[in-house]
Amino acid sequence: MAAVTTSAERSLNKLAIVGVLIVTMIFLAPIYWIASTAFKPRNLATTIPPTVVFQPEISPFVKLFTKRSQLRTAPTPEQYAAAPWWERLVFDGGEKVVRSGRGEVQWSGYPSRFMNSLIVAITSTILAVGMGTFTAYGFSRFKIKGEQDLLFFILSTRMLPPVVVAIPMFLMYRVVGLNDTHWGLIILYTAFNLSFSVWLMKGFMDEIPKEYEEAALVDGYTRMEAFFKIVLPEAATGIAATAVFCFITAWNEYAFALIMTNRRAQTAPPFIPSQVGSGLPDWTVIAAGTFLFLLPVAIFTFLLRNHLLRGMSFGAIRK
Amino acid sequence: MATAVLTTLDPNSRSAARGMSDLTIRNLFIIPTIVFLIVFNIFPLIYSLGYSFTDFRASSPAAANFVGLQNYRELLNDPFIWSNFAITAKYVIVSVVGQVIVGFGVALLLNRDIPLKGLLTTLLLLPMMLSMAVVGLFWKLLYDPSFGIINYTLGLGSFEWLSNPDMALYAVAITDIWMWSPFVMLLSLAGLSAVPKHLYEAAAIDRAGSFYTFFRITLPLVAPILMIAIIFRTMEAFKTFDLAYILTSQPTTEVISIRLYKMAFQEWQTGRSCALAYIVLIMILAITNIYVKYLNKVKER
Repeated sequence: MAAVTTSAERSLNKLAIVGVLIVTMIFLAPIYWIASTAFKPRNLATTIPPTVVFQPEISPFVKLFTKRSQLRTAPTPEQYAAAPWWERLVFDGGEKVVRSGRGEVQWSGYPSRFMNSLIVAITSTILAVGMGTFTAYGFSRFKIKGEQDLLFFILSTRMLPPVVVAIPMFLMYRVVGLNDTHWGLIILYTAFNLSFSVWLMKGFMDEIPKEYEEAALVDGYTRMEAFFKIVLPEAATGIAATAVFCFITAWNEYAFALIMTNRRAQTAPPFIPSQVGSGLPDWTVIAAGTFLFLLPVAIFTFLLRNHLLRGMSFGAIRK
Repeated sequence: MATAVLTTLDPNSRSAARGMSDLTIRNLFIIPTIVFLIVFNIFPLIYSLGYSFTDFRASSPAAANFVGLQNYRELLNDPFIWSNFAITAKYVIVSVVGQVIVGFGVALLLNRDIPLKGLLTTLLLLPMMLSMAVVGLFWKLLYDPSFGIINYTLGLGSFEWLSNPDMALYAVAITDIWMWSPFVMLLSLAGLSAVPKHLYEAAAIDRAGSFYTFFRITLPLVAPILMIAIIFRTMEAFKTFDLAYILTSQPTTEVISIRLYKMAFQEWQTGRSCALAYIVLIMILAITNIYVKYLNKVKER
């Protein structure tokens, strides 16, 4: 805004700085609380007053990845000494790691759900961005009858409430056996992200001057060669930004995953809440699972920071 | 010679001569996407339109019987469904108004000489990028009456948030405001930074008060973008499912998507739920239409 001049303006500005700092602290408090709970011993997770200063522990993450059961009797000193360091952390919490008959450590449900999330989000992102890039180029460069209507149609598919789409998809998947499979979710997420990817990529394509390809065409390139050798490299940033947005959307999605998967292909968002069953949940383990799940998105948000506006407005506002 | 140069410059005939024609490429690039969306979005909707006229139950082997408009008639006359819509409307109003006040307010604060503005803005935007379901779950701990940090910080003792039928919807809306105010802030910031500085300078020369400047210059110029934010958030709040479903199971927070989910996947009233889905769908399409009109309007500026 206008340069700070008067002293009244200057003190107003100071007030704004204080305001922004307070708001930022309030907004980050829940995220901070997740991160700090993920490193707390269980007995400090739910104390009054809340525990802010503590010795951080890695035990919530050990518990997150292993199957555990309550200890009936304390481990003998020999058992304790023979156990690896991470197993001792579980002993310290009054639990033991479940092992198979041959002594192999049993994993919890978390790692496989995390993998499912990765598989589904990455595959659907590749498909949606791939198809979206071609389509966006088509809309950007060629005359299309009823272009506005087609674009509206494409966008409207994105706006459908997940539960509305999920009912018929569930019935159809049941017929073809796609319920609780990776491909079932991948198809849904691709369809969901495709419209977004077309809209966003069209904005990026519109910004690449037509003259670039026209010069290439004059030089004897075919349209396809011009697209792959001239347009795609120019659109690389846009493609990367679109891909990150699609990944985050698929990664975070809950309703479809809840309805379409239950075990084999279940992703992390429906799995993490399902751990809060009856009784007292171990919030440190939930926090650890949440923390690991949020980490990639937090990193991506920083990488994307200059494209957030564009992405969130479907490419309409470019700054 | 002159014509020869012209034909070389014309991309259509050039690429037609070698490689695929532009028409083929256009179709090749666009048709797969359209077909994909028709097969996986439109076809299922036609499928469910069919079921909406039946008494089909996906949990029973019995064949579907055609019942005509009975599902629609019953739904529209069902006071419980209307109360679900009323809950949804209340939720939309509380959460969108809250997001606009907080989001626009913070944008006004940020639209000054703030050190580390870029970093602070990115940090403030973080909540909206996170998974509603997963982060929403954690708010259960924050809202906990006995050891939640919200009650502790605000000194509310053991105030019940989520298990209190009168409070639960507001608690869900507060979490939603936390997550999505950043979205309104982001769009508002774009609108604010686009207001030409000379307007403020002219207002200062005319000794216009800050009140006047805000209502006569800032607000009218930011309004179109703010409107996009409001319509988009209204649409999303209307569809809301994750947060309310995870945070509470109160009847007072049963928004229409949750009712629909329960009807379809817990009560297995498949035919009826398809009809309800259609009623919701028509409402959403109406809002989407308004939204796209605004998007195009802002784009043209």
